[in-house]
Amino acid sequence: MLKIDNLHVRINGRDILKGLSLDVKPGEVHAIMGPNGAGKSTLGNVLAGRDGYEVTAGSVLLDGRDLLARAPEQRAADGVFLAFQYPVEIPGVNNTYFLRSALNAQRKARGEPELDSMQFLKRVREKLAVLHLDDRLLQRGVNEGFSGGEKKRNEIFQLAVLEPRLAILDETDSGLDIDALKSVADGVNALRSPERAFLVITHYQRLLDYIRPDVVHVLADGRIAESGGPELALELEAHGYAWLKDRVAPAAVAP
Amino acid sequence: MSALLDSLATGFGDVAGADAARRAALDEALRDGLPQARSEAWKYTPLRALERRSFAPAAIAPAAFDPALLAGIPSPRMVFVNGRFDPGNSDLSTLPPTARLLTLPQALADPDPRAANFMQRRYARGDEVFARLNAALASDGAVLRLADNARLAQPLHLVFVGVPAAGGDIAWHLRHLVELRRGAEATVVEHHLGGGDHANLGNTLVHVHLAAGALLRHLRRQGESPRATLVARTDAVLARDAQYHRLDLEFGASLSRHELNVRLEGEGAMLVANGVQLGRGRRHVDTRLGIEHIAGNTACDLTWRGIAAGRSRTVFHGGITIRPGADGSDASLSNKNLLLSDQAEVDSQPVLEIHADEVKAAHGATVGQLDPTAMFYLRSRGLPEADAQRLLTVAFCREALGVVDDDAVRAMLSGLLDDALLALEDDA
Repeated sequence: MLKIDNLHVRINGRDILKGLSLDVKPGEVHAIMGPNGAGKSTLGNVLAGRDGYEVTAGSVLLDGRDLLARAPEQRAADGVFLAFQYPVEIPGVNNTYFLRSALNAQRKARGEPELDSMQFLKRVREKLAVLHLDDRLLQRGVNEGFSGGEKKRNEIFQLAVLEPRLAILDETDSGLDIDALKSVADGVNALRSPERAFLVITHYQRLLDYIRPDVVHVLADGRIAESGGPELALELEAHGYAWLKDRVAPAAVAP
Repeated sequence: MSALLDSLATGFGDVAGADAARRAALDEALRDGLPQARSEAWKYTPLRALERRSFAPAAIAPAAFDPALLAGIPSPRMVFVNGRFDPGNSDLSTLPPTARLLTLPQALADPDPRAANFMQRRYARGDEVFARLNAALASDGAVLRLADNARLAQPLHLVFVGVPAAGGDIAWHLRHLVELRRGAEATVVEHHLGGGDHANLGNTLVHVHLAAGALLRHLRRQGESPRATLVARTDAVLARDAQYHRLDLEFGASLSRHELNVRLEGEGAMLVANGVQLGRGRRHVDTRLGIEHIAGNTACDLTWRGIAAGRSRTVFHGGITIRPGADGSDASLSNKNLLLSDQAEVDSQPVLEIHADEVKAAHGATVGQLDPTAMFYLRSRGLPEADAQRLLTVAFCREALGVVDDDAVRAMLSGLLDDALLALEDDA
């Protein structure tokens, strides 16, 4: 479904991704781990289409189509969803109104009929029940005055309502206590399906105790340094990234 | 001598009951002419183009217009067309007997000279040319008085419709009074609407007198035709514990200038004045606030939002003076502007003068673009760029609408805001 080949990305003249390749099939959960500064968030932002990232080489295909040529809203309609590391507060824009507009814009772009407010509300109620999210938050401005945990859960709630095919979670675990982490993981697990793939970007192994990945990748110095099963995450937890750096150093400096 | 002033002066002959005082006001206006570029109060609003134009006096009878314009504006409503009271389209049947509402000619004809005492006001400064012209030439208006503790349950709507006139562009001058006696309470909504493509000049002067403990909610929605010129001035005086809540939505006209002068004369008097200035196309929107804290423990809270798109220019002057002795006063001014085009211009000028002690004063003025992070967030959820921009722009302006506490009125104004910002995309 998602095929990244030899991706090179530069920000402000600095090379961040230096030949990243990745192949994700429908239904799979891939974890991307790595030390700070390895380029994890860059990967999420480039896939979602954020400005300011210069792709200098490589390609990204989603279902065989060039993803990088698409505008952010087109990517959303194609089925890409990025759960932000720092969800944005937008006072004055009602959460529910925003989400319904977004969903209907996606549906319109895909040539599907838009949902009326009754249909939309029905979908919202279903998803709220799964996520144990207080529905009063929905009447507020987007993320306005939300706690850190509420913001992250709101991201997962949006994910649930928008039903993307490729969900990218950018450090969704950061800043969460263990209860909030479990609740976010429960939400994600409830959304796993044979058609939907997840890219779970995280610094810590902790989240992967609750969201079991099929594949774990270690991102170091702008490329995938190592890939393996869930046991790779445990090794990282035990030995830290320094251990990995020693192990992959020869490959990382190769041209 | 300017073509503008010469043409306006020809209307003097039509003014019913014109007296020596009115003649003097006209002579002063003609003598001093229009403010030039060096006039501080008009620095950002040059009048050179207007100075060369001439306007015929408005016809005596109200012009016809499409009554569909009035849809959604309920009774009690008082309608003026091209500066003339239009009894046929007005409906004052729901006005309670505690409210006394006259037209300006009725007030002038009243045997009690106090009925039109606000007409005695003189304008000393040379740059008050439009107030002087208004003093000389105003021939109609609404004069509302509310008795002690009287309460208007329904908002009074004052509707001003501009329509094309047969003989070319016309000028009109309206003068109004809203006087609330002790403890009285009312909501007044001004609608300035364009009933067709015209380039008329409207000159409005409003006096607001609030006695002790009175509360006036005053909403002004300016949606005139795109070529119209509007010059408006509101002079308000607040006695002890009076409250004046006000919202100005500047959405229309080619040139719109509004001066809001408020004197907080009684202890505990409070002004909340919010507004939205929407610049698009080649529109010029100028708002000038002059707030004076004269008594102690007075407060003003001013929240203004400006949008500058296309080749428009929005001008905002927020003047607050805290006079000696007005100790314990609290003044807060926020003016934020969104610059949506590199050919648009924003001039924001907060001016705070403090001559008292123990005062709380805060002001902030910003000019910026839409937050790119918020734009990306909305687009990453599937909203097209134009929709994301509109959503953020509406949210940016909506804060100003917080002053409206009537749900129905706020819903109406909120809808108008959405429509006005939707039209913005036509420019893009």
